[in-house]
Amino acid sequence: MNYIPVNEKDNKAMLESIGVKDAAELFSVIPEEARIAKLDMPEGISEHKLVKELERLAARNLSSKEYASYLGAGVYEHFIPAVVGEITNRSEFSTAYTPYQPEASQGTLQAIFEYQSMIAELTGLDVSNASLYDGASAAAEAALLCVRSTGKKKIAVSKALHPEYRKVIATYLRGSGITIVEIELDNGATSLADATKLCDAETGGLVIQSPNFFGIIEDLAEFKAVAQNCSALLAAVINPLSLGVLSSPGECGADIAVGEGQVLGNPAGLGGFTFGFLAVKKEFAWKIPGRIVGQTTDNKGDRGYVLTLQSREQHIRREKATSNICTNSALNALAACVYLSGWGPDGMRKLGEQNIAKSSYAFEQIIKIPGFSPAFPGRAFFNEFAVKTDRNVEELGKKLLSKKIMGPLPLKGFHAGMADTVLFCVTETKTREDIDRLVKTLSEI
Amino acid sequence: MEKQLIEMMEQGQTGYSLPESDVPATALPPLPDKYLRKTRPSLPELSEPEILRHFTRLSRLNYALSTNFYPLGSCTMKYNPPVNEILSGLPGFKYIHPYQPETSLQGAMELMYNLSESLCEISGMHAFTLQPAAGAHGEFTGLLIISSYFKARGEKRTKIIVPDSAHGTNPASAALAGFEIIAVKSGPDGLLDVEKIKETLTPDVAAIMLTVPNTLGVFEKNILKISKLAKKNGSLMYYDGANLNAILGNARPGDFGFDLIHINLHKTFSTPHGGGGPGAGPVGVKKHLAEFLPVPRIEKKRGKFGFDYDLPESIGKVRSFYGNFPVLVKAYAYILALGSDGLRRTGTQAVVNANYMLSKLKSSLPAPAGDRCMHEFVLTGKPLVEYGVRTLDIAKRLLDFKYYAPTIYFPTIVEEAIMIEPTETETKATLDGFIETFLKIIEEAKQNPDMARHAPHTTPVGRLNEVEAARKPVLKWGKVQ
Amino acid sequence: MNIPKDLRYVKTHEWASKEGKNVRIGITDHAQHEITDVVHVELPSKGKKVEKGQPCAVVESVKSAFDIYAPVSGTVIEVNDKLDSNPELVNQSPYKDGFFVVIEASNMPEYDSLMSPEDYEKSLK
Repeated sequence: MNYIPVNEKDNKAMLESIGVKDAAELFSVIPEEARIAKLDMPEGISEHKLVKELERLAARNLSSKEYASYLGAGVYEHFIPAVVGEITNRSEFSTAYTPYQPEASQGTLQAIFEYQSMIAELTGLDVSNASLYDGASAAAEAALLCVRSTGKKKIAVSKALHPEYRKVIATYLRGSGITIVEIELDNGATSLADATKLCDAETGGLVIQSPNFFGIIEDLAEFKAVAQNCSALLAAVINPLSLGVLSSPGECGADIAVGEGQVLGNPAGLGGFTFGFLAVKKEFAWKIPGRIVGQTTDNKGDRGYVLTLQSREQHIRREKATSNICTNSALNALAACVYLSGWGPDGMRKLGEQNIAKSSYAFEQIIKIPGFSPAFPGRAFFNEFAVKTDRNVEELGKKLLSKKIMGPLPLKGFHAGMADTVLFCVTETKTREDIDRLVKTLSEI
Repeated sequence: MEKQLIEMMEQGQTGYSLPESDVPATALPPLPDKYLRKTRPSLPELSEPEILRHFTRLSRLNYALSTNFYPLGSCTMKYNPPVNEILSGLPGFKYIHPYQPETSLQGAMELMYNLSESLCEISGMHAFTLQPAAGAHGEFTGLLIISSYFKARGEKRTKIIVPDSAHGTNPASAALAGFEIIAVKSGPDGLLDVEKIKETLTPDVAAIMLTVPNTLGVFEKNILKISKLAKKNGSLMYYDGANLNAILGNARPGDFGFDLIHINLHKTFSTPHGGGGPGAGPVGVKKHLAEFLPVPRIEKKRGKFGFDYDLPESIGKVRSFYGNFPVLVKAYAYILALGSDGLRRTGTQAVVNANYMLSKLKSSLPAPAGDRCMHEFVLTGKPLVEYGVRTLDIAKRLLDFKYYAPTIYFPTIVEEAIMIEPTETETKATLDGFIETFLKIIEEAKQNPDMARHAPHTTPVGRLNEVEAARKPVLKWGKVQ
Repeated sequence: MNIPKDLRYVKTHEWASKEGKNVRIGITDHAQHEITDVVHVELPSKGKKVEKGQPCAVVESVKSAFDIYAPVSGTVIEVNDKLDSNPELVNQSPYKDGFFVVIEASNMPEYDSLMSPEDYEKSLK
């Protein structure tokens, strides 16, 4: 295939203007021994063949279109209204560049401003940035922000955080000389006693996830008190879709809220449609990473939007920047913006309530099956719940797959001593019929 | 002026319909009150037609690649083929979960595996990670790999050499990875002085981080010498792949002596910029660094693909899951479509287009790096300062003629810099149109400076007050009455 | 260019004013003019120890950021909080309302070795 719209005649004219006979002359500056004759790969193909090949690859995957999926753990299947894709597919949004020339980018800038506004509202905090890569790197940035703001060198991270998030936080903090201490679990939630023990005068931040990796809702206000006691900040890793019904990080006193925004209007896509959100109390505005859009006026007095507080960023501060981030996940944040526009406060509440209702129903029915019991009895959850089973977990998964059911997620690879535990995720996309079929299939295994 | 969503709302409207809630109530205890939200969030309440109209109108306020020429130096704004959008949206790619059993993800894994192999061939590397979500993320990943490499060898190396023409993400990433940055002064054409490099290569230098061609669009002619010096000093060579489009198919960073590289898929490999991402910044390494790559790696055993987490020396993870998968799909499709011949022609045409523009524009403003370039070149707007016109004003004036402005004030080593990169997917007619307009604007700047100084005049908004935006930040909408 | 006669100066465009045991600091008229519109100032917190010649604050315009170097060593005892919401004070009144911090000097002889107004003026030429 050829996307080059220059013909031979035009090339000839251009070479003449440049003053060379052959394009190869323009590459003579590259040392001979470093040049190649050609790449060792197949030649180009037609669009028709390309589509066939990619369709072949796509068909080798099992998707949640044909299989009922009960997998969660950081990536969730939610209903996405058609309007969302309609907007993000518009080439004026998808092929636009970063809005460095604001006068030519008001569409992107206003949309991001509106996204920031809704994230701030949902989280109950003052300032949101324009997005980061994903929830895990956002959690790492939150940890760095705690250190940057307090000047202290220790971070306390709950073991109930998504294991991949913990790993990413550890990787990010490697080069900075910061100590990470891990807070123990207590029946699936973060142990308040252990947090109180670990947080000392050297601690700059507490990182707590709610709902946590096991779907359990944490008492963020209690951890805020612990943080306050040792003059540390509370960074809450939260699920924004739950905030129509669950208390906001702002209400709980959190200083920073981060998390995975994929739940807002983005598909699962192998975990590749992620974006991290980050919101803070206003006193941290000049310390946060990422781009920020601000409202202003133009030289005629009309309202407009620009990237602002840029002197925090890498293109100005270089090694002293608040982060190295440049390109982020703007289009995925745009999807979230369009998604959030259509629910309103009542819709968000009802959405949250339905997720709670359906996951609770599934939970109640599953633990009635002999050989299935709650892994963390008595714990309140949102969307996900962990179940202990006497069945062979691997066999269970295989049998469910043969019945076109994907999941639950075996927790064996994620936590020691949980070889008999699985994590079910039930969102508003499941009907009663779906859930009843899951329960029936489980009980027959 | 487009209203904000919060200004458009009508009480009680909901745009979207919830799925039916058909489950019976449970006997479980209700959620404790302390977990429930007390304050009603101030979110817009709008109907679907209003939402569609609002965002469609917003989209029309943008200059996009699909509608305007975007000669942004260092960004490689090339054509984004729509077929790739469709392919990345196939149900088998869109509706898959990262934790599905491996047997149910063989297609996705095959794609990622093949993409890695292709990138290895294109760049002369041994292995790739597709995890990093952007170029800066790739730089950070690479720097952590460098750090692990020396730690494993028991060598204390704390410094990274970076030319003063480097993109800001280079020193920012190095600082994040715990290194000290040593900036080396480059010549007026951005080229490095081999003697100066030799002096700076002390035993505590971990790596030299370079963009080739450099950020002035000039090929580092002493690159092989510099690589040899680095090797002699036991230092590694890191390649910032932002300018890979210039040498695509004609030369490979691995053959210049680079030990590791990052590639910007949203630059060289045509994936759309999305108004600021998502992109992808895969990192490639030579064999001696492969053990440090992030987990998991994709391995192929007897025709089957699997995720390998058993990498004790790995730096860990730089993000959750495997990478920006839809971006990877688009880049893979692009590579397949072009093939070896297409990729080579891409690099060649990018260089011809840029040199053509330089040949026509060098009469208007000086080009500090001379008469030849690779895929991009830099002009300086300094001669216009005496007329009271600066590069910023020229950029804004170009917007009036429906051109997105070139990159300005970068690289910082050129005063009043204007960096132009046309890419290969532009016709000569488009280039000629821009050239004609640019020449006119430069002339106009001297005769009638106010046109440029108060530009843009025809965009949806005029020049915006960035000072007030920073002094009195308004970062979200006001409360609803 | 305004260069008050009763202050001392540093080549890097900071001014210093002795107030008993303390030294008040800020940036000169020349500096604010070069930086153009100041949009943000990052100041050290009360109690922070600063060292002569080391960066102690940052002044930011829309497109750049500049390190400010402590003219003397000591402890920060007062911070100009007004700059938080009114960074333009640095442009409007660099020597008075736009001051940065007051330092309790640990080594007052450092103050005496700073540049005189005449020497600073000469250095600008």
